[in-house]
This record gives sequence, structure tokens and C-alpha cells, in this order.
Amino acid sequence: MTENAPNLIGQSVARIEDPELLTGKGTFAADFNRAGQIHMRVLRSPVAFGRLGGIDTAEARALPGVIAVWTAEDIADLPQIDFRMTKVQGLGPYRQWCLARDYVRYVGDPIAVVFAETAFLAEDACDLIFPEIGELDPQLDPLDDPSPYMPETMPGVLSEPAVLRKGSGDVEAVFAHAAEVVELELSVGRHSGIPLETRGALGVYDRDSDTITMYGAAKVPHYNRGAIADMLRLPVERVHLSEGHVGGGFGPRGELYPEDVLVCYACRRLGRPVKWIEDRREHFLSTNHSRDQHYRLKAAIDERGVIQALDAEFFTDQGAYVRTHGATVSDLAAALLPGPYLIPAYRVAGHIRLTNKTPCGTYRAPGRYESSFARERLIDAIAARKGLDPFEIRARNLIPEDRIPFDRGIDALGTHVVYDSGKYHDLLARLRAALDWDALSARVAARRAEGERIGLGIGYFVEKSGLGPDDKVRLHFYPDGLICIVTGVANIGQGVETAMAQICGGTLGLPMAGISILHGQTRLIDEGRGAFATRVTVMTGSAVKLASEALLDQALDLAAGRFGLPREELRYRAGRIWHEGGASVTLCELAAEYGGEDGLVAEGIFRSDHMTYPYGIHFAQVKLDPGTGGVQIERYMVAFDVGRAINPMLVEGQITGAVAQGIGGALYEEFVYDAAGQPLVTSFADYLMPTAMEIPPIETLIREDAPSPLNPLGVKGAGEGGITAAGAAIASAVEDAIGRPGVVDRLPLTPERVAGWLRG
Amino acid sequence: MNEKLDITLTVNGRSHALGVEPRRNLADALRDDLGLTGTHVGCEHGVCGACTVLMDGRPVRSCLTFACQAEGAAIETVEGLADGDRLHPLQQKFWELHGLQCGFCTPGMLMLAAGALRENPDMDDEEIREVMSSNLCRCTGYQNILRAVRAAADVMRAEGAQG
Repeated sequence: MTENAPNLIGQSVARIEDPELLTGKGTFAADFNRAGQIHMRVLRSPVAFGRLGGIDTAEARALPGVIAVWTAEDIADLPQIDFRMTKVQGLGPYRQWCLARDYVRYVGDPIAVVFAETAFLAEDACDLIFPEIGELDPQLDPLDDPSPYMPETMPGVLSEPAVLRKGSGDVEAVFAHAAEVVELELSVGRHSGIPLETRGALGVYDRDSDTITMYGAAKVPHYNRGAIADMLRLPVERVHLSEGHVGGGFGPRGELYPEDVLVCYACRRLGRPVKWIEDRREHFLSTNHSRDQHYRLKAAIDERGVIQALDAEFFTDQGAYVRTHGATVSDLAAALLPGPYLIPAYRVAGHIRLTNKTPCGTYRAPGRYESSFARERLIDAIAARKGLDPFEIRARNLIPEDRIPFDRGIDALGTHVVYDSGKYHDLLARLRAALDWDALSARVAARRAEGERIGLGIGYFVEKSGLGPDDKVRLHFYPDGLICIVTGVANIGQGVETAMAQICGGTLGLPMAGISILHGQTRLIDEGRGAFATRVTVMTGSAVKLASEALLDQALDLAAGRFGLPREELRYRAGRIWHEGGASVTLCELAAEYGGEDGLVAEGIFRSDHMTYPYGIHFAQVKLDPGTGGVQIERYMVAFDVGRAINPMLVEGQITGAVAQGIGGALYEEFVYDAAGQPLVTSFADYLMPTAMEIPPIETLIREDAPSPLNPLGVKGAGEGGITAAGAAIASAVEDAIGRPGVVDRLPLTPERVAGWLRG
Repeated sequence: MNEKLDITLTVNGRSHALGVEPRRNLADALRDDLGLTGTHVGCEHGVCGACTVLMDGRPVRSCLTFACQAEGAAIETVEGLADGDRLHPLQQKFWELHGLQCGFCTPGMLMLAAGALRENPDMDDEEIREVMSSNLCRCTGYQNILRAVRAAADVMRAEGAQG
């Protein structure tokens, strides 16, 4: 019935987002301004843990140009910030207030907020606020026994909000008869996404309609809209969120934080537009940290090194409060710790622990970067014990193709974990061939013989993507041929407009020019799930395909009626419907004839109850400096099956960017605290983000061997796999270079640690 | 500290008279007083380089430069890089080679590269890598940025040879 022009899907086309961004015409959070706006500044706790007494704001209030100064008392009607995603019970008491009540729990905890005519004045006024804080001993080690959360006001509430337990198979029985048991203790340091744009928001209140609009939204505008409306006790239609350009997402950006709520609340109460832009120090103190997990693994293995059972316990240091992600990081870590391996019996206990540090949330591949590091360290330890090479030990443990779809028998994010498609052995063999592993190993051996400290390592991972439950888009086709797709998705820099335009254009056999994507505007569409959990291409992309097909369906009906011919005799190609007998009409003509002001309108709704599971392998070759302990990455490769690549250039871009972040977390980036809970990392001079000098060229082996059966495009998300096993592969390579199996037990691999391991 | 100084800033060839507090930095003056929001502020402590502009042809961190220090200098920002509708070769190559994702660091990267190539049009790959390591990017992993600067340098050299 339909024939299309060469398909845009699968082409490495340049992005439609770029011209504005290249010419300085982007609109990031700080670029929004309104006449009459005032500026908000947050006073933050200077101590890690303390009983909050009186707060003297008199001097600040008296400063000319200061409009208001609020503490918790002034916003007593605002509730705690709720969870966006979690099904775990019992976390409620640990939610953060917009301004601290009774206690401060981390350096950076908001104590008071100032509104003033200029940003400078607001900052000056913060210096004139004097809180009384009775300092207490902070809890800083999540492995210590849980301590009272707020001892006087919440007696009996301890700093372990929950322990997640999952499992399948009879672990006890396997251990009772195990040939050998391997035990490891591992940890991953605290670091985070650190987008280059800090957070920011502009709240604008329209008195006539009693409506609040927040500009500078990101990631999940529709969810946040509802949450803000609930907190302000307003009907949801009185709150709108509007997304401009977003300077990087990566997990932290776009979650609902105290400042977003305060901006919305204040613009209505004060009757002036309120602008807040986070500074970089504040970002380090107040935007979600992540990772920071400690693992204890115990594996029962057979004579061949095949894991028969895995008994795992881990601790997630989630900082001062439980923020919007709830138990997400621990949930995903627990669910995906077994990764690509069969592991017939599995049991895990994931402890969520709170400490007096910045609260944590998700960061690209949350729970998987950490658990992949832990699992792959375990696999390497088994390989060392059995004298097997890194490919052989993995081949022996991988899930065979005939067992896929593979039901792990556990849940993640409320969905059943079923690996939907995968050729795990095949990808391993392809990587081995691409590296010419035996020759490479021989070259490395020769260099070692010359005295160089060279190492090779790999890390296998299974990712998850495409979290449902649904996604909706609305497609408008106008008489001039322009197509507008309205979606509740968000663009955090990943190229969603281009990918969606490709799917639409590819489905309709039309060029990308003329297709525009409107996203992140709650005014334009009543629902949307946003951009997280590598869900956009899978969920929104599928909805775009369905909407495009619905448009075609509608057009064929219209044409059939117009021609008075049976619909099944009509043909379609590149915007034109015709009949062999000569009748012909274009989509533009149909839109002019039958479409109203909105053109021809079609909707696409895609639903999915299961996530889809991409998988891949990281490879690293490193060289150590025995003098300094410095790690140089000589070569890096990622083999990654994404099911189907809508735009291979963008997929490669996602992988390369994610690898760079993974290298950062493996070697350089770490939030460190002193014994009093004071953060020692509050600037880019302390937080060592990789530069162009640290990142080597990243080789990619992008495969489409196992398309997902769960969506009409066959796609799996490509946004996170570039980071997932980076820590694992680099640790493996560094340990190989050190030559002492089992020593590398923590990330990041700082020069100090590496030098220590080298010394023995 | 709050007294204002009257200064004239010359930005992308146009003169602007404005009154600024001595503590106002060039980035804020460009963005908030002149509405040139293409210059981004990522750290305000001179590390990330998102605020890089050219001052008398050389890259500077506009967050570490007071507006009043820029008086009398020729300032160039990303808004002045294209020639009307014709993208600068750096912009063109960043686009073609996917040298940007979120685009926040991009203006700083473009101005840094523009200044560096003006100083040395014949940079080799290692020199490009070193100079571009002055600025941070969190999205791309840098490889496509380096490729784009290399390709733009080649285009600019060829154009220079012709013209």
C-alpha cells in the first residue's frame, strides 16, 4: 500500500537543533528575563549537621533593595518535596523541605531565602542573616551503624530509610555445595553529572489568570508541573512549565529541587517575576550527587569458574535526604548487578543509608555504573583464580542466545526484568576480533618486557532503556507541507528533535526540512513523561512513528473518499497518494481541503510495560606512570548493540560523551569531605572534569544484531551504555598493568591509590 | 562599590555606552546590559571557559574580566562570528561533525578556536588538542570538537590561500 523514499531512519544527518546553538541564539535558563523581575538567593548551611535555632534576618530585611527574606516559618504551608519515582515504602519522613526545619543536615542545606532587586543585593543580604546552629557530630560513613536522623524532633527515626531485597533461585542451597567461594569488597566514589549549565529558573505570575509559569524547566516538565501545583495547592492548569535550551542533563538536572518550588511560590506571593540562577559552588553543594556505593559480594563458583550463585550486599550513601528519585539508584543497582551472566541463584540486600552530605540522585547509568564495576571486578577475580583470560571467563558465564528472552525473576522500577533480545556471545567474539586480541596481548607483553606498565581490561554490561508506561505525541500536517510534532518529551542536549524528525520523515518518506518538534511545554500538550531513563527514542520515537502512520491512515481514508475509490487500491509515496487510474492528491492538498486551522492532526500513543535491554562491552588499554601513579588511557573501544540506530552519528556522539564522563568517574572526579563533613570539592579547581587532553579517541563498534521486539522501531536506548562499564574496564586494565589480581577495589583510581598499589 | 562608571564597550564592531558598577564582570555586562546572551557563564571562576570571548583578537574569560577593563578594546562574541547568514567555517564544521550536543559550551569553544586560529592558522592536531583543553565540555567527549576545529582550520587556510 505504501512505498517510501530512501529512509531517513538510520542516516547520520546533521542536527536540526544546531544552527541556533552555534550562533548564540539559544535560550538557556539564565537567558530568560522579564521586566520587573527580582532575584532570589539561598542562604545555605555552613555546617554538616546541627540543630537549627533562631534565625536573625533583621539586618538583611533592612537592606535597601531587599524585598523579602523567608525562613521555614514563612513558608510553613509548603510541604516536603515528594518522590517522582519509587515504589519503596517508608521513605516519606526523609523527604527534604524547601527550607530547613529544626535541623540542618548537610553543608549547603537551604536555611533562608532572600528576594532583592538585583542578584548582587540578594547575595549581599545573605551575608546579613545570622542563624543559630547547635553543631552536632555528623554521620559521614554509610557503613557505620545507622544514627538518629533528627534526634530531638523525630526520635527513633534512623538514617537507614530502607533495605531493598531481591532474589531468585535458592542461594543457600548452592552455597552449601559450592566448589569454591569468591568474596570481594568494593566501592565506587561519590561523583555526579555536573552539567556545564548550572540550574536556574524564572517564575512569572499572571494575576488575571492566577497562573504561574516557570521557565528553565528540564527533563520532566509535566511531572514537575503537577508536583509544584500540588505543593502550592493549586489546580494543575494554573501551573505551567516551559523548557528552553538545557545545558546538559545526565540525571541531576531537571529533577524538582527546593529552589524550583520557591521560585514558583514566590512569584505568586510577591507578585513579581522571580529569577534564580545557581552559581557553580552552589551546584556542587546542592544539586544531586550520585554513585557512592559500597559492595560486598560473595559468589559460589564451579570448577570451570562459572558462577552458580551470587550473594550480594551493598550500601548506597544517599546523603542528607531522600530526594525525588527515592530508591531508584539502589533499585537499579540491585536489579542489574547480575548483568549479562546466567547466575542461576541470586540474592541481594541494598541498604539505603543517609549521611550528612549533599543528597544523591541518579547520574547517567545510575546503579549500573557502580554494579557493573562490582560485578566485573568479581568476574576478573574469578578469572585470576582460574587462570582464564578475560574473554574466556565471560564466555563461560554469559547468558546463551537460546535462553533469551531471559527472565531474571526480579523487578526493576516496578517492571519485570526480562532481557528482551541479545546475542551476548556474538558481541564478545566481535570485540575480540576487532581488537585482534591475541596479537594485541602479544604486543602488550613485549612492551611489558621492556619495562612499561601496560594493561588491558574489558567490562561487559547490560543496560536498560525505554521505561514506560506510555508516551503521546500529536502531529500536525499543514497545507504548506510543514509538520509540527508536539510532545511532552524534553531535550537535554541529546538531539531529540533530530531523531524524532528522522523517524517522522522516514515513516512518511518526506525530507526533514519542514519538520519541527515542540517539546517541554506543558501549555501545548496535556501529558508527557519527559527525558530520563534512556526512554526517549524508544517511547517517544515509537509514538512519533505511530502518529505518522495514523496521519497516513487518515490521509488514505480522505483520499479514498475524495476519489470514490477503494482505499486498498491507493498507493502512497513521499507525500502523494495516487491510484493507477490516474487520480492523485498530495498530503498538502488534503490538509488544505480537510484540515482546519490545526492542519491534519494525528495522535500517536505508545505503551510499554517492559523495559528494553541494550548491552555492550568496554575495552581499555592503559599505561601507568610508576612514579606518579598517573593513568594514561592509550586506547578505548565500546562495542554496543543498540537494536537499531536512528542516527549513527548521534549514537556515536552519545557513546563518546558518556565514555568521557565514565573516565572522569573512574580516574578524576570525586566529592571528598573532611572529618567535620565540610566538602573539599566546591569548584572546578577541585572537581577534576576531564579535558580534551585526558580523553583519547573513542573507537566504537555499534551493532544492530538484536533489535528490540518490544517497539515498532526495534530500537534500544543508546544514551547510557557509553558510561556503564567504563569504571569496570579501566579498573580491569589498571589492575592488569599493576599485575596483582585483586588489588583494585575502588574508584576513582587516583594517582595516590595507584601508586600505593604499585608499591604493594 | 555601588557607584557606576560610564564606559563604552565595542562589541562585534558596534559601540555601546553603559554605566556599570566596577565589580560587574564582562560576561554579565554582555549578557545583562547588552542582551548578548550567546556568551554563557558556567563557573564564574575561570575554569570552564564557556564565557570565552575575544578581546583585541585574543581569547579571554569574560567572567574574570571586569567590564571596565574592556573599555577601548575590540570585543568579539559568538553573535558576531557568522557573516550574515553564512556560518563561520568553525560553526559550519561543528554542525557537520556533531561537535556539540547541549550547546552550552559551544560559544566558548568557537571563540577559543577562532582566537587560537587567528594567532596560529597552522596549528597541528596536538596543538589544537592542547589549546581546546582550555575549555570544558560535558557532553561530547571532545573528539568531534577537535575534528571540527581541524576541519575548519583547513577550510580557513584554503580560503585564505584563495583570497
